[in-house]
Amino acid sequence: MSAEDELTRLRAQNAQLQRELDRLRGSGALQQSAPDAANGAAATATPSWDGLQHGLNKEQIARYSRQIVLHSFGVQAQAKLCRGSVLIVGAGGLGSPAALYLAAAGVGRLGIVDKDSVELSNIHRQIIHREADVGVHKAVSAAQSCRALNSSIQVEVHCEGFTPANAVQLVRQYDVVVDASDNAPTRYLISDACCAVGRPLVSGAAIGTDGQLTVYCHGADGPCYRCLFPEAPAAGNCARCVDAGVLGVVPGVIGTLQALEAVKLLSGIGEPMSRRLLVIDCAAGRFHSVKLRAKSASCVSCGTSPAITAASLPSYDYAAFTGQAAANDAAPKPLQLIAREDRITPAELQQRWVAGPCCTARHWQGCVRGRASVLRYLYKLAAECPSSLPAPARLPGCRIASQPDCVVLDVRPAEQFNICHLPGALHAPFKHFDRHLDQVKGRLAAAAAAAGPATSGSSQDDPPPLYVVCRRGNDSQRAVARLRELGIRHGVDVVGGMEGWAAEVDPSFPTY
Amino acid sequence: MLEVRVLFFARSRELAGTNETTVSLEDGSSTKTLLLLLFQQYPQLEELRGNFVFSLNHEYLGTDEEQQLKAGDEVAVIPPISGG
Repeated sequence: MSAEDELTRLRAQNAQLQRELDRLRGSGALQQSAPDAANGAAATATPSWDGLQHGLNKEQIARYSRQIVLHSFGVQAQAKLCRGSVLIVGAGGLGSPAALYLAAAGVGRLGIVDKDSVELSNIHRQIIHREADVGVHKAVSAAQSCRALNSSIQVEVHCEGFTPANAVQLVRQYDVVVDASDNAPTRYLISDACCAVGRPLVSGAAIGTDGQLTVYCHGADGPCYRCLFPEAPAAGNCARCVDAGVLGVVPGVIGTLQALEAVKLLSGIGEPMSRRLLVIDCAAGRFHSVKLRAKSASCVSCGTSPAITAASLPSYDYAAFTGQAAANDAAPKPLQLIAREDRITPAELQQRWVAGPCCTARHWQGCVRGRASVLRYLYKLAAECPSSLPAPARLPGCRIASQPDCVVLDVRPAEQFNICHLPGALHAPFKHFDRHLDQVKGRLAAAAAAAGPATSGSSQDDPPPLYVVCRRGNDSQRAVARLRELGIRHGVDVVGGMEGWAAEVDPSFPTY
Repeated sequence: MLEVRVLFFARSRELAGTNETTVSLEDGSSTKTLLLLLFQQYPQLEELRGNFVFSLNHEYLGTDEEQQLKAGDEVAVIPPISGG
């Protein structure tokens, strides 16, 4: 018998014993005893109090007293929380507040699923992790924080991630599921597993300054994710935090609301957000709620004759259905879109650009000694006048004020360009690339003039070098290809982009 | 003429370039006419077709369904988001 089977068997046994205990207490056959006082005081042989079958001990009553005394909540609701269990899929921006609040509220058993490790760039929103946790598995780190917050609850860690192979078996072990994942295939998978097993699903999502919240698969008529979105979104519409960015507080708001919904479902208080979709535009401060329809009879997951069942789910191809892989906060795969000879490495760029016969650096080298100090100087300059051409004349002690004789074209979005870029780089975001064509031509002409007829003869025959860079080297290839279509045929792109530059040439170049 | 308020959320807001607009329609126009007009006015919304929740006065409405509009109605375009 595997450890998992054993665990399932023990849980079933435990549940049965709990029911038996409840029955005996209900019948009065068993005198309610004040459970062991956890503060160290010996429990009296004949307790002087009766908790009317809620089963909470003195410490639990003290800890949860502020919600126990709440008129609309009460001791029975707390007892249900303490007996309940929640599976949180994703220990990220949504899962962080969700797990912390559920642990604090006293949910008896939490399961935390993730497969990634903590990175520094996670922590602005994934507040369950600490600086010291960078590199630690997220599920492990999250569980540690939950236990530190509330040592009386049980926290289970599932480090293998949420996959078609383990989805049904995982969901089956818990009363409520919280979708705190970050990608479309996993969202469909969680919803399907909840339909197949019959568990309510608290779904939250956040990107940029937008958030959404609803409860799926609830009761007899609650719709599922597929009822609402039977067709998977185009991959391009699934913005990822790593590219599109996310304001840290936004998943915090949604994740907190998810914890609230899970508390309501477990305790039975209030009205769950089933058949209601909350949409928030945090930038505008707009909260919008939409009343949803009952589940769709034709739904392949929760309809009258579902095609996706507990048995068929493990072989369903979620990547094919959504056209995207589940790993969503990771860097996109490096692509090879143009010929290798039209690409150079960051080290080659450094040689041609800093040490080679082109560019302002040639002049600056006369002013500042050493390559590293040249780079530092260039970055400082770029930070001081980010939108302008490099102005060597502004460098103290430098008397040469000329145009660069090569062009570095940076096609990243403005938000990224503004973080850091090579000095003098021309900014032409790939999203609106064609709009910048005139600027590119203008800069090439200026560079040709700077190079002068002595260096390269006719600039028509031998145009100034054109280096195209982006974050990681995919969009820059697309830009080089687009430039060709637009008649500029000599551009080369830099393999690995600015991340490659940071890795190969200059470790001080900020990455994000 | 009747005027309706259109709210754009998430990706649709980025594509439309605004979080809200007002559309004027002939009296008696339906939600179908409104959607047709929106896709004409904002052709970039095309990439969301078939993959957004449409609502009329805070209630879900299928994009293939038709309902008559009245002055002051509010519709919303809500594409799914998947980040977390």
